[in-house]
Amino acid sequence: MLQIDLWKRVLIWAVVAAGLVLALPNLFYERVEMHNDAVAAIEARGGATAELSAEADLWPEWMPSGLVNLGLDLRGGAHLLAEVQVEDVYESRMEALWPEVRDTLRDERDTVGTIRLQPSAPDELRVRLSQPEGMARAIEVVRGLARPVTSVTGTGAQDLDVAAEGDELVVTLSEAEKRATDDRTVRQALEIIRRRIDEVGTREPTIQRQGADRILIQVPGVGSAAELKEIIGTTAQLTFHPVVSRNADPDAAPGIGNETLPAMDQEGVFYTVESAPVVTGEQLVDAQPSFDQNGRPAVTFRFNPTGARAFGDYTAENIGNPFAIVLDDEVISAPVIQSHIPGGTGIITGNFTVEESTNLAVLLRAGALPAGLEFLEERTIGPELGADSIEAGRIATIVAFAAVLVFMGLSYGMFGLFANVALILNVALIFGLLSLIGATLTLPGIAGIVLTVGMAVDANVLVFERIREELKTAKGPARAIQLGYEKALSAIVDANITTFITAVILYVMGSGPVRGFAITLGLGILTSVFTAIFVTRLLIVMWFERRRPRTLEV
Amino acid sequence: MRLRLVPQDTSFDFFARPKLWLGISGALMALAFVSFLLQGLNFGIDFRGGTTIRTESAQPVDVGAYRDALQQLELGDIAISEVFDPTFGPDQNVAMIRIQAQEGEEAVSAEVIETVRTTLQEVAPDIRFVSVESVGPKVSGELIQTAIIAVLLAIGAVLIYIWLRFEWQFALGAVAALVHDVILTIGIFSELQIRFDLAIIAALLTIVGYSLNDTVVVFDRVRENLMKYKKRPLREVLNISINETLSRTFMTSATTLLALVSLFVLGGDVIRGFVFAMIWGVIVGTYSSIFVASTILLVLGVKRDWSKPDQAAGTQFSDVDA
Repeated sequence: MLQIDLWKRVLIWAVVAAGLVLALPNLFYERVEMHNDAVAAIEARGGATAELSAEADLWPEWMPSGLVNLGLDLRGGAHLLAEVQVEDVYESRMEALWPEVRDTLRDERDTVGTIRLQPSAPDELRVRLSQPEGMARAIEVVRGLARPVTSVTGTGAQDLDVAAEGDELVVTLSEAEKRATDDRTVRQALEIIRRRIDEVGTREPTIQRQGADRILIQVPGVGSAAELKEIIGTTAQLTFHPVVSRNADPDAAPGIGNETLPAMDQEGVFYTVESAPVVTGEQLVDAQPSFDQNGRPAVTFRFNPTGARAFGDYTAENIGNPFAIVLDDEVISAPVIQSHIPGGTGIITGNFTVEESTNLAVLLRAGALPAGLEFLEERTIGPELGADSIEAGRIATIVAFAAVLVFMGLSYGMFGLFANVALILNVALIFGLLSLIGATLTLPGIAGIVLTVGMAVDANVLVFERIREELKTAKGPARAIQLGYEKALSAIVDANITTFITAVILYVMGSGPVRGFAITLGLGILTSVFTAIFVTRLLIVMWFERRRPRTLEV
Repeated sequence: MRLRLVPQDTSFDFFARPKLWLGISGALMALAFVSFLLQGLNFGIDFRGGTTIRTESAQPVDVGAYRDALQQLELGDIAISEVFDPTFGPDQNVAMIRIQAQEGEEAVSAEVIETVRTTLQEVAPDIRFVSVESVGPKVSGELIQTAIIAVLLAIGAVLIYIWLRFEWQFALGAVAALVHDVILTIGIFSELQIRFDLAIIAALLTIVGYSLNDTVVVFDRVRENLMKYKKRPLREVLNISINETLSRTFMTSATTLLALVSLFVLGGDVIRGFVFAMIWGVIVGTYSSIFVASTILLVLGVKRDWSKPDQAAGTQFSDVDA
């Protein structure tokens, strides 16, 4: 008859208690958040200040302190979806390959004749041979330059494809190498974006790779996507070049091995510089915002030993000549070298604001991006809109809750109250689970909870209606309750599995807020089945054991 | 005294006019389709790219003045609408501005947003941008694709699950009801020109789940009654099953609607479209599980001999005792 083993009862209450304890921190959200931040800060700096320990003491150490993460739509913040321009790397690879190819083919001048680089797409190298009959040999020697692809999947493949088109030799990266390069580029970009955001020091940024070449960045709290873009969107390729001349014509022929670059803050001023840099940003070990002798914002930097030597040698030999400090193909400034600079430190001055110099220092410290980024999606949610949404969601959930509780009480009397207890536990369990797995609550997620509140009673309704039916055939209350549960089970299971399937598909296919909805919906299905099958049943059985009613009205 | 939405014992004949119900559903679906063809959906930026800006200011929104101010920027198609909500404070005046995707650009540039801001500040000096969202055409195309795949996958997965657990006739009935619900929901979004964005896809899938929930409960009873009343005609068995589950159907729909309506009224304007879709879905889903799914089951017929174990019928879950 109606019996539940003691161990099952203990287990059910244990699960419920665990859920409640896990959900508890969310009731004291701000307090626990301060506690968590303080604990993290103490760990980061390896010691506590009085203020930090006071904040850490706001929440007892032995209590769980996991919180439901609030999504950007609730907390406010910036969301960016960036596509890494992986092709940028092909181009620089091809540029770097040209001298090697040239030297190799020159050694074969007898068979291939004179060679000439042809204009081509950026990701290929076209070389015209004056003696096309030597093509076979040319292909052979250029192929000799290829190296095995360094990746797990592309074993055995070479990194270059060499082919002939008429009298032209065409070199491209092989498909395997492109895949390997893409992967490396995106991972490097991800790492550098992470470093830059960490430098700025905001809380809990999400930086994730999405698909082959995309990176999703979500930062709560940052004012706007535009500000975030300034930090991560700049390539920050810093180089120092010898200046050939200063002119006003962007189209002036720069001469072989030179290029013409615009000045950053002077309209119509261009510098012709040598393409090969003296030193690059890769050789920087530190950069800090500071002020120059006139009190204008500037950035001071320090080179590593190789960089310092190259910089020192160059300045010693070129006193009186200007050299250009170039950031992402724009000349920040072109000071004249006053004296030998041996220590490997320097200062960049320009028309900076304090904010710009701080940002530039951050970018230089974190390193340059291997390739450009294109932003496919950007969203900025103001914190006040998020707060409004939370408030509206809270009120709506409470009202929905109250309405369903009253409705169930009116419809099923005592049993309705049991279902209501289960419903309250159900929502607590959802929050407990969300905190446990560190899931993110979004606005559609709140809708998911409200929907669960409405649908969670479904399993109970199925059982109660079934008990009513079984009571009609007058088998006595205990038997009716038992049969009600047994017979309703297959409907409950089928109905919830089908809904769960859609929740899983939503989770897999969806992104952002939709995914948040799928999580709460899916967890809600699990907890509502648990509370309906186990908790309500236990409550009913406990009530029944105490009262032993002869008749039952459901 | 208990509150009862449905009398204790009912014996409605739901199949007195099967052609009428299928006809009505068919006509509604045709209407939805025509509306979709003629008007199309009012796609949000998630699906067609572009930028939406949500503004807030203390003084009332003057849509005309906003439009005049923004027209001179030559940003292409601009839609401005004022947003009303009971949860707004007295000096909270909110407007939504949608700017089409700019030629040759993925996401909108910061400069464009700045220009829009300064232009609008001439009209409303204290205007603030509480949210700015921009989606490039590349992503929006993919989002449409993923959304369609998600809905098809959900329907397909459900078809297979019900086929395994029941019989193929049940699966077809359930899926017909689902397709019916999805088409009618898309239809009402097209007819009322409510903004159709990514969240609505989530709502669509929830409707799929909900409608199915209802259908499966009815079918579960049909399966049980088919075994109980072996000699009765299918039509009677279906009627008995629907009548027996009617009380539950209405109870669940009522509690879900209670919750959804409170969210619709109090949950703020940001998710109102989403909640509207779900309310509509619950109503249509309840209707379709009775009048579409079961009617199709009646038309298709069911293999009646469930007693033989080798009939490849769905496996019943054994009684699990807690």
